[in-house]
Amino acid sequence: MNRRKFLSLASVGIAAAISPGNAGISSAGAVKENPDAVGVLHDSALCIGCRSCEAACQSVNSAILPKPENYKIPEKPFYDRGVLATKRRTDFQRFTVVNRYAIEGRYPVHRKFQCNHCIDPACASACFVKALYKTPEGPVLYKPELCVGCRYCMVACPFYVPAYDYNNAWNPLVYKCTMCAPRIAAGELPGCVSRCPEKALIFGKRTELLQIARQRMADDPGLYVEHIYGEHEVGGTSWLYLSPVPHRDLDQPELGKTPVPEPTAGILETAGMAAGVLSVFFGVAYLVSGRREKNSGEEGQ
Amino acid sequence: MNSECKNGQKNYIKNGIILCILLVGIGLTLLRFTSGIGGVTNLDDKNPWGFWMAFDLLCGIAVSAGGFAVAAAYYIFGFRQFNVFVRAALTTAFLGYFFEVIALVYEVGQPWRLVYPFFWSQGTSSVLFLVGLCVALYLIVLFVELLPALFEWLGKSGQRAKVVNWAAPLAVVGAVIAVIHQSSLGALYLVAPSKIHPLWYSKFMPLFFLVSSLFAGLSMVVVEGCLAHKFLGAHMDDQHARTADKAVLGCGKAACLFMFVYLVFRLAEVAANGNLPYLSTGYGTWFLLEIAGAVALPAFMFLLGVKRGSVRLVQAAAILAVMGVVLNRFNVSLVAFNYNLPSSERYFPNWMEIAISVFLVTLLVIAYRWICSRMPILKTHENYKS
Repeated sequence: MNRRKFLSLASVGIAAAISPGNAGISSAGAVKENPDAVGVLHDSALCIGCRSCEAACQSVNSAILPKPENYKIPEKPFYDRGVLATKRRTDFQRFTVVNRYAIEGRYPVHRKFQCNHCIDPACASACFVKALYKTPEGPVLYKPELCVGCRYCMVACPFYVPAYDYNNAWNPLVYKCTMCAPRIAAGELPGCVSRCPEKALIFGKRTELLQIARQRMADDPGLYVEHIYGEHEVGGTSWLYLSPVPHRDLDQPELGKTPVPEPTAGILETAGMAAGVLSVFFGVAYLVSGRREKNSGEEGQ
Repeated sequence: MNSECKNGQKNYIKNGIILCILLVGIGLTLLRFTSGIGGVTNLDDKNPWGFWMAFDLLCGIAVSAGGFAVAAAYYIFGFRQFNVFVRAALTTAFLGYFFEVIALVYEVGQPWRLVYPFFWSQGTSSVLFLVGLCVALYLIVLFVELLPALFEWLGKSGQRAKVVNWAAPLAVVGAVIAVIHQSSLGALYLVAPSKIHPLWYSKFMPLFFLVSSLFAGLSMVVVEGCLAHKFLGAHMDDQHARTADKAVLGCGKAACLFMFVYLVFRLAEVAANGNLPYLSTGYGTWFLLEIAGAVALPAFMFLLGVKRGSVRLVQAAAILAVMGVVLNRFNVSLVAFNYNLPSSERYFPNWMEIAISVFLVTLLVIAYRWICSRMPILKTHENYKS
């Protein structure tokens, strides 16, 4: 085989190797913000920490949540508000929790925790089987039948939302809030919103929720901090939050406006181009070194 | 008589230890696949990747870079002094990648679905997809690159003649894939800017991972040559033993160059991004320790060793450099990861995770010995001496 022949072979091989990826390029961020996309607004100034949303979530989702032998939900009855004092998080048996934050010099503030349904979700961009995806309607959904269990979505999520069923040997899956997408499709409210007695949770179009949030801030100056959490965080989330105290005091991380998937957008195209450049580079290096050897009278391979 | 007796006793102890590791490993494997990942690891919802990802995957692949680095130096760039290391490095790389796939079977929740990203549902926006693609392709390339050795062992000179000419084009393809793969491992962590300490998080992580894998791989080739000389000397021919020193110095020279590039680049990156104030914190001290002890020190040892022609010094530097890259990968994926969480929510590996990794490394060494004692890896087959 001469040098030129295998060089062309090498580049064809690389092109073939990279092309299946190029054919199917579709960035997870391609779902642009739909003006009719829905979301939920949580108002910590109104939330009394009654745990009704937790109970509703559990009853609505009990069919898809695993119930292992050591089933522990609820660890205390949903009417027991004692658990609010300990910091809890969502896991494979529950999609939402409410935590209470003792703030000096005022009543405690409650904060609801569940998937924020990012507009450009990190989890979906990280998933190498497209098990996680953003729907144009708003919810970020999960196809359990595709999940390999690499847990890269959990590494990627800036809110630490996806949870894993680590003790399941045969069908461990990722669990997170679905925004009750099936109920929304049927014209119903998400479980948690439907059961909130204080109107601390409002469901609606995200654009309208932002207006409501601004209206509340204008109507009651000084009650809220001047920040709607989720409006711009990591490119914006479908869930939005109003709070009378700084959001970081409620364990809501301070994040920039850049969507998480942005730095790695088009990674496959970049790799494809790199493969082309590298093939040429190594090929030329081979030709040059071959000539050098010939000139110095050595036997080339 | 006496020394023979001692040797026998030594072997007895050695085999006993290996047997223990294997038995524990088999037991833990059963536990892993009957009680789930949670049964043997300390992973949780905030710390989804732990010791296996850091050690088996990131470190394993970094030190496997010797395969493509040496093959490229020999076949593409025409540095003939690397001749003696080519097959040994390719064998290590092949086994490294092969055992990475085995490690993934432990690591992911549903390993029987590992082919899904290729054949069922391609998540092309994911860096992990690119990583998987590279692993699969490079494993095939490495296997074909080793076919001549396999055919020589089996005495099939006809088949050998066919594949032996593919060496150079395969080295080109292999180098292209390996370069992309090493950088993509760094790119994996680009997805967590808010979770990784700014001293380690950088948009240049792909480049850092690539350059550090180059000196890690070359250093590993030196360390391995050293070990092979000691433990597999019987399977090494005179030519290999004689020319090994020259190759060691060659590796040292190249590793030294890459280390200084890496050193300057990483420090410049920290300064350029205004992260210098972090250096006075606890993480800053740890960062400086990594840079000074695990990069600068071995780099200067390489420099001195190459200048003085001291093989011993280069070998010592290589051991330190390999440990340094291991430290770096642990820092990125475990120490700097989730740095803003309270210590009660941080991850520390379970002994069983470490034991399973030790088990896999033991299997790798056994496989390496098995191959080297049969196939012409550390020697030239007598029928094909030029």
